[in-house]
Amino acid sequence: MSISLLLHALEQGLVFGIMVLGVFITYKILDFPDLTVEGSFPLGAAVAAKVIFSGGDPLWGTFLAIMAGSLAGLITGLLHTKLKLTNLLSGILTMTLLYSVNLRIMGRPNIPLLGKVTLLGEIENYFPNLSIDYLIPFFFLFLVAILKFSLDFFLSTEIGLAIIATGDNEQMIKSLGANTDLTKIIGLCISNSLVALSGALFAQYSGFADLNMGLGTIVAGLASVIIGISIIKIPTIFWRTIAVLVGSLVYRSIMIVALRYGYSFGFKPGDLKLISVLLVVIALTVPFVKRKLNFITRFNLGRKDLQNNQGKEV
Amino acid sequence: MLVIKGLTKYFAKNSPHETLAIDNFNLRIRKGDFVTIIGSNGAGKSTLLNLIAGTLQQDEGEIRLSGEVITYQPEHQRARWIGRVFQNPLLGTAPYMTVEENLSLSLKREKRGLRLGLNKNLQKFFRERLSELNLGLEDNLSKKVGLLSGGQRQAMTMLMATMFIPQVLLLDEHTAALDPESSKKILKLTRDLVEERQGDLITLMVTHNMKQALEVGNRTVMMDRGCNIFDIQGKEREKINVDYLLKQFTKLRKQEYIEDRMILV
Repeated sequence: MSISLLLHALEQGLVFGIMVLGVFITYKILDFPDLTVEGSFPLGAAVAAKVIFSGGDPLWGTFLAIMAGSLAGLITGLLHTKLKLTNLLSGILTMTLLYSVNLRIMGRPNIPLLGKVTLLGEIENYFPNLSIDYLIPFFFLFLVAILKFSLDFFLSTEIGLAIIATGDNEQMIKSLGANTDLTKIIGLCISNSLVALSGALFAQYSGFADLNMGLGTIVAGLASVIIGISIIKIPTIFWRTIAVLVGSLVYRSIMIVALRYGYSFGFKPGDLKLISVLLVVIALTVPFVKRKLNFITRFNLGRKDLQNNQGKEV
Repeated sequence: MLVIKGLTKYFAKNSPHETLAIDNFNLRIRKGDFVTIIGSNGAGKSTLLNLIAGTLQQDEGEIRLSGEVITYQPEHQRARWIGRVFQNPLLGTAPYMTVEENLSLSLKREKRGLRLGLNKNLQKFFRERLSELNLGLEDNLSKKVGLLSGGQRQAMTMLMATMFIPQVLLLDEHTAALDPESSKKILKLTRDLVEERQGDLITLMVTHNMKQALEVGNRTVMMDRGCNIFDIQGKEREKINVDYLLKQFTKLRKQEYIEDRMILV
């Protein structure tokens, strides 16, 4: 793997890592499989691209993208908590309505940003002496670190703990005085604003916004979360957020390698989604298959010398 | 003072399965009272506690706490005054969170903000309170609660339900799902924690065990088919035993039976 390919994986892993932090909040913390992200990722891209394309300040465009994302989370949250729709259906409905909204915002299915002043372009102008190759990954690393530590802090505050408890034992936290409708909505808003920020940055990084760029966001997010957590197993929030970011880097590396070298195995770009689904299935079932295999070996070989009296491996 | 007036609750109302769970229930409890509630299966004991806590909404009647009507407040608002311990020891604590995080959640019951949920002072306070339980939990503040035993979790829930100084303590057969040894410990802990408040707390404890119902607390209420059929306290209560309660129960049930027949005739 060449240096440029590595940097490419790092940049993508970090940009999508912001989205993965969002998916982590809903999927792992709130226990809410939120499909809204399929719509809020392109929503962030659309809002930022629209502002930048019409000559606006890219920072303002990125900020508006974050706001739009949290609004998307709010809609899903209200559908689920106030209108009592199931969590999956609420996400699907918002995701679908966002398709129309995104098309309205962009006015057409695709906005190119080549030659426009993006956030990354401004940063390059700010540090004219540094090589672009290293500046962009450093900027992303810096931003992701800030977001990671802010999220860690937020989740250790009184509200943050109540949000974690909502996903862990909802009946308990209700009886301890938390409005779980509110904690869910806050979690969804933060999650989707992170996803939209990720979309806005990706649009500026890759130089375009596309109506269909959100396709498969949820699977990519889930794959990253699951891969990360199976690599780093320490169950504290501090390590969990590191784990999902590592998962994002690993996932993007696999995708880039598959895209770069897949041709020799007959893969086509369209097969990437299939590969990511396989990754999710493998990552989710590895612990189960391991246990099965363990059991079979023990059963067949009867290696009593390797077990203590409770049948546990010593 | 906790006043329950004309409380009525139906399940599956306006359907062929309509059931009357609480039937015009009345009860006045003074500050400092420790009421044990007994009754057969389906008598409405747990439903009564759920109505007081706000988990369920009543169909008729009202509940007043210190003069304020609380019947239309959602559960999370009533949690400011009400501590609860459930029968299932797994219900009262969050398994994937640590001991100290659980305690922190129970201490701050309103206006949660962006202050840190834990700090040195709080941890010191939690360590002191946990050491009173004699379960060794004070050295495991950052252990995940899911790794503790049912008895330990129930003791933690007891602490969480009383630590924030509630006005009302609701105990729903909180010793029933534990082994005899843990059950004894939790009951002793209940007495200690209630005594600590020196008559400043209203306690309602549901139990299946009639012996326990007479031993603990200072007042006993017997429920049947959602009604308050028998209420005994003070010196009278000290004189009676389980046999008397059972006889009383049969006697009262018979009366009801006669009334039913009179309607049919």
